[in-house]
Amino acid sequence: MKYLTNGAPLLQHNTPKVITQDIKGSKSTTYGKPGVKWWDCSSGFQHMQSLPSRAKYWGTFNMMALVWFLAAAGVGVALIVYQFFSRQNYQHYVDVLANMCDERARMLQHQFAVSMNHVHALAILVSTFYVGMHPSALNQDIFAEYTARTAFERPLMTGVAYAHRVFDHERGLFEKEQGWTIKSMHSKMPSPVHDEYAPTIFSQETIGYLVSLDMMSGEEDCDNILRARASGKGVLTGPFRLLKSNHLGVVLTFAVYKKELPPDASAEEKIDAAVGYLGGAFDFESLVDNLLLQLSKNGDILVNVYDITNFSRPLIMYGTENSDDGLFHVSPLDFGDPFRRHEMRCRLARKVPRPTLAFGFATGVLAFVTLICAMVYNAHKHVKKVEEDYRKMEELKVQAEAADIAKSQFLATVSHEIRTPMNGVLGMLQMLLNTQLDATQQDFATTAQASGKALVTLINEVLDQAKIESGRIELEAVPFDLRAILDDILSLFCGKTRGEGIELAAYVSERVPFTLIGDPGRIRQIITNLVGNSVKFTEKGHIFVCVHLWEDMDAVLQLSPETIPKQCARSFKHNNTLSGYAVANQWSCWDLLLAKERERSTRSELSEEIKLFISVEDTGVGIPSQAQQRIFMPFMQADSSTSRTYGGTGIGLSISRCLVELMKGEMHFESQEGVGSTFSCSLVLRRGDDASLGEDKHTLSDRVLLSKFKDMSALIVDGALVRSEVTRYHLQRLGLQVRIVSDLDVALEYLIPNSHVYTRKADDTSILNGKFDLVLVEKDAWGYSSGLNFPSFLRTERHGGKSIICPKLILIATSMTSAECEIAKLMGYADTIIMKPLRASMIAACLQQVIGMGDESQPGREETGNLQNLLCGKKILVVDDNRVNRIVAAGALKKYGAHVECADSGKAAIAKLEPPHTFDACFMDIQMPEMDGFEATRNIRKLEEIAKESGKIWHVPILAMTADVIQATYDECVRCKMDGYVSKPFEEEQLYKAVSQVLSRT
Amino acid sequence: MEVLRLQQQLIELTNSLFQEGFLDDQFTQIQMLQDEGNPDFVQEVVGLFAEDSERILSELTKALEMEPVDFKKVDAYVHQFKGSSSSIGAQRVKAVCVDFRAYAETENKEGCLQALQQIKQEFFAVKSKLEALLQLEQQILAAGGSVPMME
Repeated sequence: MKYLTNGAPLLQHNTPKVITQDIKGSKSTTYGKPGVKWWDCSSGFQHMQSLPSRAKYWGTFNMMALVWFLAAAGVGVALIVYQFFSRQNYQHYVDVLANMCDERARMLQHQFAVSMNHVHALAILVSTFYVGMHPSALNQDIFAEYTARTAFERPLMTGVAYAHRVFDHERGLFEKEQGWTIKSMHSKMPSPVHDEYAPTIFSQETIGYLVSLDMMSGEEDCDNILRARASGKGVLTGPFRLLKSNHLGVVLTFAVYKKELPPDASAEEKIDAAVGYLGGAFDFESLVDNLLLQLSKNGDILVNVYDITNFSRPLIMYGTENSDDGLFHVSPLDFGDPFRRHEMRCRLARKVPRPTLAFGFATGVLAFVTLICAMVYNAHKHVKKVEEDYRKMEELKVQAEAADIAKSQFLATVSHEIRTPMNGVLGMLQMLLNTQLDATQQDFATTAQASGKALVTLINEVLDQAKIESGRIELEAVPFDLRAILDDILSLFCGKTRGEGIELAAYVSERVPFTLIGDPGRIRQIITNLVGNSVKFTEKGHIFVCVHLWEDMDAVLQLSPETIPKQCARSFKHNNTLSGYAVANQWSCWDLLLAKERERSTRSELSEEIKLFISVEDTGVGIPSQAQQRIFMPFMQADSSTSRTYGGTGIGLSISRCLVELMKGEMHFESQEGVGSTFSCSLVLRRGDDASLGEDKHTLSDRVLLSKFKDMSALIVDGALVRSEVTRYHLQRLGLQVRIVSDLDVALEYLIPNSHVYTRKADDTSILNGKFDLVLVEKDAWGYSSGLNFPSFLRTERHGGKSIICPKLILIATSMTSAECEIAKLMGYADTIIMKPLRASMIAACLQQVIGMGDESQPGREETGNLQNLLCGKKILVVDDNRVNRIVAAGALKKYGAHVECADSGKAAIAKLEPPHTFDACFMDIQMPEMDGFEATRNIRKLEEIAKESGKIWHVPILAMTADVIQATYDECVRCKMDGYVSKPFEEEQLYKAVSQVLSRT
Repeated sequence: MEVLRLQQQLIELTNSLFQEGFLDDQFTQIQMLQDEGNPDFVQEVVGLFAEDSERILSELTKALEMEPVDFKKVDAYVHQFKGSSSSIGAQRVKAVCVDFRAYAETENKEGCLQALQQIKQEFFAVKSKLEALLQLEQQILAAGGSVPMME
């Protein structure tokens, strides 16, 4: 409300300041650099900065102009309103005044006229009874009495008197007749001699002193008399002070004629006919006072009456002289005397009151405008603030983006800086492993190498995160075998889980095609991440990787509890998970089984796209609910103690999720503290043609195995449903016919030929009585180590006389101490013990061992040897401007048997590589003076294009040598049609990869 | 006896070079590149490095005396220096090169001059050490011994 009360001053004081500031500010930004126009600022940053500031300038200008305009308009409107209302107010008073004035003038005139008529009547009376009768019927006494008695008719006249016309020759006679001499008015002495006299003979008692005074001796009276007899009408003197009352008054005079005159009588005739004069004195002040008393309401106007016969010098007849020039009104008065003119001037008793209404309205308008101005000004200030904030935000954004780029750069640089020495370490370790070492040394070296590789992996993860964040990651689309990948992952972690007795298993639904098309590396990364996490946080129980088709799982999740098949419902009750421990995911107990049900019931139609559902379930510590929110944020772990206890950077999940989203999938998790976590994700891949999978080592051996195990059958003895399903999955992959029994007795019966169990299942022709080649017994089939006793039951049965065939007995165990191994051997598991996690290749190897099938394939690879093979005898050009670098690179390549030539500049390289030439490959430094590696490569490719036109195809593989592994550099390499890049100085493994890629192509 | 003493000396010197951080793994790699087919490889590389570096150092000194200083040129020289020092594994020189480039990029002349001083120091230190090393090797060979390989 401050603006209402001090709005105007606030506006006046503050706005000019603001304006000057703004103008200064905008000048410094917009016009600060003369000659530099805002639109051709060279750098984008300046450009961005100048635009808003310019906009701001205009914004300020408009807003302030608006404020000023509003203020001016407001004041203008207020003035107009004030004018209008005050004029109306004034006009009102003018009208009122005019009305009152006219009314008073009219009444005054009227009363005056009434008195005058009476005097006129008196004149006629005198003419009739004094002049017309002989002897006269009038004398002083009668006149005095009559006039006294009729005085009420002339209330405002002090008195009337009659003066007779006496010529000089009649003076003596007249004086004698009357008994007194004619006296002059002022001296009261006998009048000197004149042509004629007008001595008063009759008078009202009030003015009895007039008798015998010659009226013609008074200047005013004489003038009156002369005019009265000439005009025949009542005439008036100017105002003068009456003798007794000292009031202003006028004398009214009528001429008395001898006889009645015709209306058209001339002035001479009238003068001649005049015999005397009747006069009366009007007490003008009393007259007007009375009048006003009757009319005026509490005297709100002042009245003046003027004699304006002499226009330039009006004589006041009533009222006090007042020089106020304020509002007044003039009404003309006509008292019947054609010679004299009178007027009435009225003015207000008080000054015209201030036009409060107008004032109020104007103030209102002003206040309103002030309010609006204040609002606009405030809005303007707010807008300015917001603009300022916006600008700051822009700046911060630019900074943040710069920081982000810097971070990526930093990560790339740092990871490179770490990778270089790490590769040295790893290389040396590898060389060390190639030498003769005893077992302990071998172990140490292997461990060191593994740790080193883990470190490199971590660095790669960090790089991955940086790449994902900058959106530079690209997915491959190649055919791959998901099952093989899962097996690989399991074998990665088997060392860790076996030691702690954690059950680690993988299961892939039958409906998932053998060959999928996607990015196996990234999928491996996702699953490895999830499993790695689980392994890290799980101390007991199991970790279970499960892959289904999304549609199957989706259908399963839609099921309501009532419709769950009995078998599953039972398992649900018994907490029948892989290891028997509870898990966080409530579906997990039976999702596998349900999905399997569906697998049997529906055959999938072949669509090109396949959505997989992958879940990784563990019975670890779980994620505290308060930490579940940030579990996918990079570098965030459940709490800070996590990294102390379990290690890790907390980056894996974030990367995994990003990758899953790149594959058009989603990642979810369910977790219960102390129970475990289940991470699940969906991925969209394409169905691959089974034949499209290359002659990869795994599939190759798988196929060989498949044919080998085709006709074998196996019995799985396990009390746990889920676990036995997993075993079945792996055996079926190998092509075995599999039957599961969960009950000990049933298992025994299965092994007794011709027992009635088979008759019941006569429809199942695939497995015949006692024809099992293998019996696989779970170590913990019905509780801890209960499976160990299985052979003893068999023995008992056999001792009981029943003929029991004796297939190969295989024990499947999660962990076995050496003592347990001994016990197992004693118990009868002589053939082999399969250690979990189960993997097809591993099972195959075990089975081969059991059955006695030899495995001939012995993959051995020696990188150095390979590099030697690849490079031996090749002619290679090394281009580097730095002599030292050149000679080192050449030395390294020569070591592998290559013939090396050198060039010290891009130009020299072009000269050497102009077709035709005999080089097999070229290593090109990127940063060289004059012509850098990129340009040199471009030129060489151009030359090759030209050569192509002449019919021969040339394409020398060019590998960039660079000290940084930033993505941008790699991109540039590709753009210049380089074939790859190697780090400088060379790292053996990477060199091998790059060289094998390009040289195998030629 | 003489050979043994020299070999001992060589091992100590090499160890100290690695421990004090004058050299890194890359130097070992270079040593490994030396074989029968290329018996003087290390010497050759070290010689080239010394020669190149001295040239670059004199160029750098000149470039920094010029007014105004052409920082682009300085940067290019330092880049070269960094390349060759990292090739030979002279990691302390390389480290100073990294700082030097940072100064050159920000056109900090004071910093550049300081870095130049430092780089000269480091270079001559590593050069003399390498020369001593090679000399020892020569002596060992002359005395009929074999140079022990460092792992």
